[in-house]
Amino acid sequence: MKAICFYFQIHQPFRLKTYRFFDIGNDHYYYDDFANDEIITRIARRSYIPACEMLLEMIKNTGGKFKVALSVSGTALDQLEQYVPECVDLLKELAATGSVEFLSETYAHSLASLMDPGDFEYQVKFHDELIERHFGQKPTVFRNTELIYNDEIAAMVKAMGFKAVITDGAKHILGWKSPNYVYSAAGAPKLKVLLKNDRMSDDIAFRFSNYDWESYPLTADKYIDWIAALPREEQVVNLFMNLETLGEMQPRESGIFEFMKALPQFAAERDIVFWTPSEVVTKLKPVDVLSVTHPISWADEARDTSAWLGNLLQQEAVNKLYSITERVRLCGDKRLLQDWNYLQTSDHFFYMSTKHSSDGSVHAHFSPYDSPYTAFTNYMNVLSDFMARVEAQYPAEIENEELNALLLTIRNQEHEIELLKREIEMMRNNIVKAQTGDFVPDEQPAESAAEVAKPAAKRVRAKKAEPETGTKAVAPKKAPTKKTSTKKGEPKKK
Amino acid sequence: MFGWEFPPHSLGGLGTASYGLTRGMADCGDIDITMVIPKARGDEEKGFARIMGANTVPVAWRDVNRDYVEGRIGALLDPDLYYRFRDHIYNDFSYMGTNDLGCIEFSGRYPENLVEEINNFSIVAGVVARTLDFDVIHSHDWVAYPAGIHAKQVSGKPLVIHVHATDFDRSRGNVNPTVFGIEKDGMNNADHIITVSNLTRRTVIEKYGIDPNKVTTVHNAVEPLSTELLGVEVPPKHDKVVTFLGRITMQKGPEYFVEAAAQVLRKVHNVQFVMAGGGDMMEKMIRLAARRGIADRFHFAGFLRGKQVYEMYKFSDVFIMPSVSEPFGIAPLEAMQIGTPSIISKQSGCAEILDNVIKVDYWDIDAMANAIYSILTYPAMYNQLRDQGLEEVDGIRWSKAGAKVIDIYRRYI
Repeated sequence: MKAICFYFQIHQPFRLKTYRFFDIGNDHYYYDDFANDEIITRIARRSYIPACEMLLEMIKNTGGKFKVALSVSGTALDQLEQYVPECVDLLKELAATGSVEFLSETYAHSLASLMDPGDFEYQVKFHDELIERHFGQKPTVFRNTELIYNDEIAAMVKAMGFKAVITDGAKHILGWKSPNYVYSAAGAPKLKVLLKNDRMSDDIAFRFSNYDWESYPLTADKYIDWIAALPREEQVVNLFMNLETLGEMQPRESGIFEFMKALPQFAAERDIVFWTPSEVVTKLKPVDVLSVTHPISWADEARDTSAWLGNLLQQEAVNKLYSITERVRLCGDKRLLQDWNYLQTSDHFFYMSTKHSSDGSVHAHFSPYDSPYTAFTNYMNVLSDFMARVEAQYPAEIENEELNALLLTIRNQEHEIELLKREIEMMRNNIVKAQTGDFVPDEQPAESAAEVAKPAAKRVRAKKAEPETGTKAVAPKKAPTKKTSTKKGEPKKK
Repeated sequence: MFGWEFPPHSLGGLGTASYGLTRGMADCGDIDITMVIPKARGDEEKGFARIMGANTVPVAWRDVNRDYVEGRIGALLDPDLYYRFRDHIYNDFSYMGTNDLGCIEFSGRYPENLVEEINNFSIVAGVVARTLDFDVIHSHDWVAYPAGIHAKQVSGKPLVIHVHATDFDRSRGNVNPTVFGIEKDGMNNADHIITVSNLTRRTVIEKYGIDPNKVTTVHNAVEPLSTELLGVEVPPKHDKVVTFLGRITMQKGPEYFVEAAAQVLRKVHNVQFVMAGGGDMMEKMIRLAARRGIADRFHFAGFLRGKQVYEMYKFSDVFIMPSVSEPFGIAPLEAMQIGTPSIISKQSGCAEILDNVIKVDYWDIDAMANAIYSILTYPAMYNQLRDQGLEEVDGIRWSKAGAKVIDIYRRYI
């Protein structure tokens, strides 16, 4: 018995509007709403919606035997909610069938895994909460931005409690090995690794409608025959691609939807089943340890991270961005945090690539800019404004540690003032009592005693967070949320 | 070949391009080139081609002895050739105001009586074409078209004309009818037309009504810089420098540079803007800079030549060419050779072959200012443009352009 493991990616970045240097300091809205709306609506109409409907139909027709995994980036989900909410409904319907597994990734489809481990963890958690809220599933399998992966990332992923990770079956990593097995990660031996079968995935994603391809036209029975003809021991074929493949890259007229719909029937004839990634890792044992020292990805010919970090422009932009991580996390301003996420989306750096030939044309195809230099200029202008906003909140001259201490004092001050106020109130009451000899109702002191206890407890917790803050960016985040929660609480008391 | 300018006495891009192309073709081998220019001074670089001044070709018979010829023009022309030319005078031009050798004097520039000089050049071309043995005639730019046509009529050999610019570029559309007439006549008589960019090719096809099949683009290139130029030294500076270098005329869009400078200076202050060159719009630009209140940061460097040009490039952090219409535009390539990032207008021919430059519409002052700001502010932008630019411009060689031109010749021989 063999299994096919399908996984489809849904991602769209928040493209930036033309942001000139005069706008720095004056305009704090960065996004090209028109383009974002136009693009996601077009792709949803042509691809996401018909593809989801097709998946639903296939799941119903097979009685739930057809299974897929989906990964929706936070930015794509935000855009879908805003511009094509009907698509989110379809995704929820898919989630409800029980045959669709949602994968974990970073909220913003970011490069944080390479740049900032602390923020990486934060973003993954943020994304998983979002997925749980929308689809009622807590992801157990992780797929990183553009399948970026190495041993270090594996260790981080394992530490966050995931069972498995998905990445590319890059030739320079696999060598003679086959991607059709489950492997375990060298960085975290208990973490299982699923590898994309490059050739068979690209047969659908890139070659399906290519007249020059010797296997054109690709039919479902032919494709299933290929899988059936694989050696007996190779039990799983991982087909990973963008959901846009269905309908956008391979247009409806190419017959891609009919091809997909025919797969389950032919698969059943050849005793081939469909598994989700988490099923694969429960049912199959890893055959070997896979070690990846330098990061790999599924982008470009090189299958490394050069698509985003290949030239000076990209490195500069990324380094500048991540130089302020800690600062941003201290801020806790909601709009600032949202911009922080949106600015991290890897696509912004993808547009700055100066690669030539076939890779170059792929970069140019997706880029809203006419040259990588324009992309860089525009991004850096936006980033300058963003950094100035962060700076305005907390000036750069103050060291992070010092700032933390100050913030803590300020936060505690509120509670302390409150405590003192209550003390004064109590003493006044006592004076009144002493002067008039009246009885004070029993409830009041009891209530105030309870109130005093609460902020005091919080104070202890806030203090606990202090020593970690220097190294971890996640910790300080906790503090501001508490701050807001206590603030909200205050008026109620009065 | 008939040309007008030739280094070291070139007045614009035409001389540099004619020289580069001739060298590039000579590098391809198996070709003898005679370049006829109005006035040879003797200090032109020879070796790869025979450079000949029209001012040494007799058009009226003078009885002069060999020693006299040797003494007068020996440095410019082999006296034997003088006598051969003298044997091929085909008409009596003694009314033309010839000198003691029977030659017509040329200024070799663009004087008031340019049309007369062009006509005289064509008369000389008739003598040259009757004397020398050649396979192809190649005329550089409109000033040399009549000479080419005449040579073709005399010899029956194919004529290739090289369009370095058209009057539409020079005048922003208000063409001079005389110039247009000469250009159109040249294009009609040419067997093949070479343009320096697709932009110019379109102009030739659309504005002059020429059959697209006989118009081919051969982009210009640059010679690798000598070590002397690469190593030019510049004084230390405190501010960033942004430079415009070229004729200050309508065609080059200098006012857009001033406006962009004003925009940049509203945001950053440690920047100096330099406008180098001369031209009929210079005074207007000085007034404009004053009106925008940026005169303290905006400098006019005057006309630069030779080494000074490269010193200026090297002194600059950004080179800018906002030409309204530029058939090719060699300057950004030269700046890139020195390692200075360039901003060029999309309306420049060289934009067709360059990737590692910033391209903006000439009228888009905002985008231009934004690009200047970006290069000055973000070191990665500057470094990437410098490094990649050097690499790119290194691959743009005249020998490649020369090979293309020779291929075109082969179709007609």
